Amino acid sequence: MSNLVRVQAKINGQDKEFLAEPRQSLLEILRENLQLTGAKEGCNNGNCGACNVIMNGILVNSCLVLAVEAEDAELTTIEGVAGPQGLHPLQQKFLEHAALQCGICTPGFIISAKALLAKNPDPTEHEVRLWLAGNLCRCTGYDKIVRAVLDAADSPEMEAVSG
Amino acid sequence: MQAFDYVRATSVDEVVSLLAENGDQARVLSGGTDLLVALREGRRRAKLVIDVKALPETTEMVYSPDSGLRLGAAVPCHRMYDDKAVAQAYPGLMDAATLIGGTQIQGRASMGGNLCNASPAADSIPTLIAHGAVAVIAGPNGKRELPVEEFCTGPGRHAMQDSEFLLYLNIPAPVDGFGGAYRRFIPRNEMDIAVVGCGASVVLDEGRSKIVSARVSLGAVAPTPLFVQAAGDALAGKAANADAVEEAARIAQDAAKPISDMRGTAEYRKHIAGVLTRRVLTQAIDRAKAA
Repeated sequence: MSNLVRVQAKINGQDKEFLAEPRQSLLEILRENLQLTGAKEGCNNGNCGACNVIMNGILVNSCLVLAVEAEDAELTTIEGVAGPQGLHPLQQKFLEHAALQCGICTPGFIISAKALLAKNPDPTEHEVRLWLAGNLCRCTGYDKIVRAVLDAADSPEMEAVSG
Repeated sequence: MQAFDYVRATSVDEVVSLLAENGDQARVLSGGTDLLVALREGRRRAKLVIDVKALPETTEMVYSPDSGLRLGAAVPCHRMYDDKAVAQAYPGLMDAATLIGGTQIQGRASMGGNLCNASPAADSIPTLIAHGAVAVIAGPNGKRELPVEEFCTGPGRHAMQDSEFLLYLNIPAPVDGFGGAYRRFIPRNEMDIAVVGCGASVVLDEGRSKIVSARVSLGAVAPTPLFVQAAGDALAGKAANADAVEEAARIAQDAAKPISDMRGTAEYRKHIAGVLTRRVLTQAIDRAKAA
């Protein structure tokens, strides 16, 4: 129906170009056109945080962003979190603390936590819980996730990764 | 989602003429946290979505201690609390900016959008009313101003014509002795819609013992956010103490006309409206004394 729009964006450090219908969400394009399937579709209405990505330094629900809005944007998805040296400290701590069970919410949690630590490298437990209030997990009861984030913040490896 | 065309507008005139051409088939997009959900669920229809995030008028946030805050309609909440000067000048606005949705919603959602969505339970509207905010609207005949308390006309309805859109909100500079606050009641800690919300502000005299003026507004107890002028008027000239606050809370409670729904019965909401008004006014007075 609608015309396809050409969109240019920097995704995980790489220049990307894609075609999107105006009605398509960023999440839809990431998953279906760009094969970046780490961001998950949970609720598709901004409640669950499973689709979270970082857009121009700001944490957003990719289901609530039109792909055409991402023109000239810099995006970080879960696929861009691990570096050439291996897992990001947050990913490592999620494993160590068994902060996941089914794993659907995990990419969103890690992206959210990454945005938190970029802004506040030494958060209190309360600050972690408040920041992550928009990420839903139906398996873990959150406690292990919160421990993993606090542990990652304290880890010497965090200083080695930018943001 | 239903198909629509998308325009990233670059001038106010462009938005107004697109709105005039397309009538109610055009929707203005700022943060999208309400609009995109409504379009996806079919609660709203649109043939054209007009993105206003490339306009200076809707994206600038300008604060000065003399002229107050000009808050672009598309400025997301995080920019408000990330700005130290703004956050310090308006703690009563921050009360709402920091609790609308989660972090990722605050990354996109704006108070202007919250106002245009016109939910009776919107968190930012009672505090905007308490702060005396004025909406500046652009339309075919230029700009016009409307006090925020006159903006909403019903659930999801507002006083703008199809060819008009919200440019920014003007929030007066806090005068000496000003204090404002907002709180909502929800049965959980975060991420919920207000059962009742209350925004209040006071101006205290030089000795910080007498109330010069006050404004009280309630959310989620009527078809629109409610400006309870009588509650503020009753406080003017009174000593800033618990008796005065109690009387204003009683007036606000009487003004509340809630319905019963899944978030609470009308009777419960009415009770909470009184309790919240008392607490929020007390906090506003405490802030005014500390300022």
